[in-house]
Amino acid sequence: MTGSPAVPARVLRRALHAPEADRGNALPAGAWWLWALGLATAASRTTNPLLLGLLVGVAGYVVAARRTDAPWARSYGAFVKLGLFVVAVRLLFSVFLGSSIPGSHTVLTLPELPLPDWAQGVRIGGRVTAEQLVFSLYDGMKLATLLICVGAANALANPARLLKSLPGALYEAGVAVVVAMTFAPNMVADVVRLRTARRLRGRPTGGVRAVAQIGLPVLEGALERSVALAASMDARGYGRTAEVPAAVRRTTNVLTLGGLLGVCAGAYGLLAAQGAVYGLPLLLAGLVTAMAGLRLGGRRSVRTRYRPDRWGARAWLVACSGAAVAAAMIWAGAVDPDELRPGVVPLTAPVLPLWPAAAVLIGLAPALVAPVPPPSRGARKQERRGKEKA
Amino acid sequence: MIRFERVSVRYEGAERPTLSGVDLTVPEGELVLLVGPSGVGKSTLLGTVPGLVPHFTGGLLSGRVTVGGRDTRTHKPRELADLVGTVGQDPLAHFVTDTVEDELAYGMESLGLAPDVMRRRVEETLDLLGLAELRDRPIATLSGGQQQRVAIGSVLTPHPKVLVLDEPTSALDPAAAEEVLAVLQRLVHDLGTTVFMAEHRLERVVQYADRVVLLPAPGEPPVTGPPAEIMKVSPVRPPVAELGLLAGWDPLPLSVRDARRAAGGLRERLAGAAPALAPGAPGPVPPLPAAPLPVPAVPPLPPVVERPRPGRFARLLGRGRERGGDRTEGVPADGSAVPSADGPIALVEGLGVRRGRVEALRRVSLTVAPGEAVALMGRNGAGKSTLLGALVGMIEPTAGTVRVGGRAPARTDPRAMVRRVGLVPQEPRDLLYADTVAAECAAADRDAGAPEGTCRALVSELVPGVADDTHPRDLSEGQRLALALALVLTGRPPLLLLDEPTRGLDYAAKARLVGVLRGLAAEGHAIVLATHDVELAAELAHRVVILADGEVVADGPTGRVVVSSPAFAPQTAKILAPQEWLTVSQVRGALEAGA
Repeated sequence: MTGSPAVPARVLRRALHAPEADRGNALPAGAWWLWALGLATAASRTTNPLLLGLLVGVAGYVVAARRTDAPWARSYGAFVKLGLFVVAVRLLFSVFLGSSIPGSHTVLTLPELPLPDWAQGVRIGGRVTAEQLVFSLYDGMKLATLLICVGAANALANPARLLKSLPGALYEAGVAVVVAMTFAPNMVADVVRLRTARRLRGRPTGGVRAVAQIGLPVLEGALERSVALAASMDARGYGRTAEVPAAVRRTTNVLTLGGLLGVCAGAYGLLAAQGAVYGLPLLLAGLVTAMAGLRLGGRRSVRTRYRPDRWGARAWLVACSGAAVAAAMIWAGAVDPDELRPGVVPLTAPVLPLWPAAAVLIGLAPALVAPVPPPSRGARKQERRGKEKA
Repeated sequence: MIRFERVSVRYEGAERPTLSGVDLTVPEGELVLLVGPSGVGKSTLLGTVPGLVPHFTGGLLSGRVTVGGRDTRTHKPRELADLVGTVGQDPLAHFVTDTVEDELAYGMESLGLAPDVMRRRVEETLDLLGLAELRDRPIATLSGGQQQRVAIGSVLTPHPKVLVLDEPTSALDPAAAEEVLAVLQRLVHDLGTTVFMAEHRLERVVQYADRVVLLPAPGEPPVTGPPAEIMKVSPVRPPVAELGLLAGWDPLPLSVRDARRAAGGLRERLAGAAPALAPGAPGPVPPLPAAPLPVPAVPPLPPVVERPRPGRFARLLGRGRERGGDRTEGVPADGSAVPSADGPIALVEGLGVRRGRVEALRRVSLTVAPGEAVALMGRNGAGKSTLLGALVGMIEPTAGTVRVGGRAPARTDPRAMVRRVGLVPQEPRDLLYADTVAAECAAADRDAGAPEGTCRALVSELVPGVADDTHPRDLSEGQRLALALALVLTGRPPLLLLDEPTRGLDYAAKARLVGVLRGLAAEGHAIVLATHDVELAAELAHRVVILADGEVVADGPTGRVVVSSPAFAPQTAKILAPQEWLTVSQVRGALEAGA
């Protein structure tokens, strides 16, 4: 796909130039998730607000450049709001409950609530120092960045397609999740419709009573829809199974159960103090066995897959760019931890470390290589904001 | 292909079987149409073919249904999936995935077809149904006709031998219905698919049927025969057959084309009478019970002050609109006078409505006078429901003005609006919250401030014989519509809006509805109905407004607008063109007057 170094730059540029996205070249949902988890890992390694801000900026830019009009793509804004909320909550807690960070710059002093002896170590109110505020701001920002990275993956990857890449044996569970996911928006739409319909009966459309009164019809509607959907799925062959020999069935059970047991024991070993030696191999062996079990279990399902997502060069580039950011940040953390965690006591202004910041910019790669979503019908981006309310 | 042997179905708790004594064979490669009044068990009979009745619905099926030699008693629906494709009344309830292409592939994936076969069939089906442009679109963003085609496509891809369709065109505008029917025609002709379908809108489908199965009444055995024969005895028949019977044509024509060839004589007989009826005036009231409703003429309205638009924050909380209405109710406003009785009831000027990025309405202007019936027509998604929503205040205009009884509906307290305008929504069920008819009526009286028993009296007028303790869900489609209509009429709104009122109604229920609405119009109520049903518009409307892409493209007397349009002309108009007859009842009246 991409040209070899020998070919002229023009050919290379053409190869890199992102095509318009369609079904055939859409990036696998997994690639987007790997990219986002890479950014999230990087975010978890630093409390430097400048780096965190840069990570949010990178994620936001890629989302803005590559998201579609699909319903799930709108979730990004919700995640950003959630992030801001987390920061606010973290700060509030720090102000009211105090913090273990020692500090000398008092910002304000709240009246302190006297607590009995047994509650020693807990403090309500009291001195609020600049150091503790800055510390919790950094901490909150880290959490918010993690959330925003997850939000970016959510906005860019089609959740249904992610579930499609599950192994066959888990397919039915996947469908249940997909159906549940389409259910929530349908129910919200029902609530909105019924709320506006209340107006037709001359009743207020807002308030708690309105919601309480339409609760039953909404649930009724949801139930009816699910029965209709189940009927439709059944009539279209959902749940047809192939006959498999009893031996295969038994092997599947043994492999899956054994594998899961191995995973549990391995995880315990890793976490316990003395089991580190056998923990990792046991965990890996358990994983492999369980996977084999699932794969064998897939034989019972007669399903085939229509146009599964293909991992092409672009998908690898997207996934690797995320991984590269994570790796660079881990490495930077090992080499120069102070730059990634700017001091709080004493207070110092954070500086932007040059190399980690450059590494974070690698995360912008998807905005160049991922296929561009087709322009939406009647697209004028600014217009959506104001009129959404109606 | 499909054999019913002494089939009867009884649901739990029902007094009598829904179906009984059905002995029927549907031969391979035929298009068989199932007709009958509402509630005779058409959907149940269709449901027995893929085995959904009784495997999914419960109930007791006796006798035997075999499809392609497979007995539905021993084969579950999923084991018949490769043989029978089923599309129910509501295509949205049918979809499992979220995009068109995935939906087409879903059935094949379940059956385990090879990937290359799936790919080829999806491409073929996209072309066959004209869906290629839409392949990547989320299903939720499609129009009704497109969704119906996707639903049919999604069951076609596994190449079933039998296709079972329950009212495939009822929710569609005339053009979309034509598309769907053309596809069915092609399946029957080119692929030899057996199609077994039920449909209320006979005028659209009866001409394509090879054979008609009539279920005359609940629990009675079906009558089978060629379409022309069955239409002679059927209690439900399309206008073309009605006209044919009136004129005594033999054989009975079923398509407009056949009828036109036979209609020469009738046109001559009518030639003198035609000018007697001005185009646009609805014909005489048909000999159906046009119940005089106990709705007195429009009462004088207490003046209501419009509140200033609530702040952004209040709107966010969703409660701003309702506050304050009580406080100002009854207080005379300085500038806003109650409209004079002869002025228009509804006035729309330069109305624009935008939803997200989509402009649902653009520069729409409309006036509705008291006693006038206006039909809004246009394809699915043209903005008909949006216009009704703006008139009733559910949707706030982004541009232009809407005045109903002198107020802006979106900014007036709902309790005050309910006495000025009433809307029966597309899904009448949305209006029903209570669990008995009586409770529903009592609530409506309270909401509208009407004397106790007003609503109940209306219900008894519209649908006699509905018990007080019936659950609204157990009513038939027509009864539910009548109940919703009664709830809305309790407030005696001078302006009555109906959104797609004839969906799911049989001809008898439709005729009753027409009678009721005419009575209301005669009493001075203005009526605006959004509909795809050209026959209804022809029967009822004085004026037709055609919307396309959110703009008014035609507005004029029914006769003039409808006759000139190939899509919106009723069958009678097509048959008797260039004379401007719209309905069979007009013709009947003229013939009787002439005789």
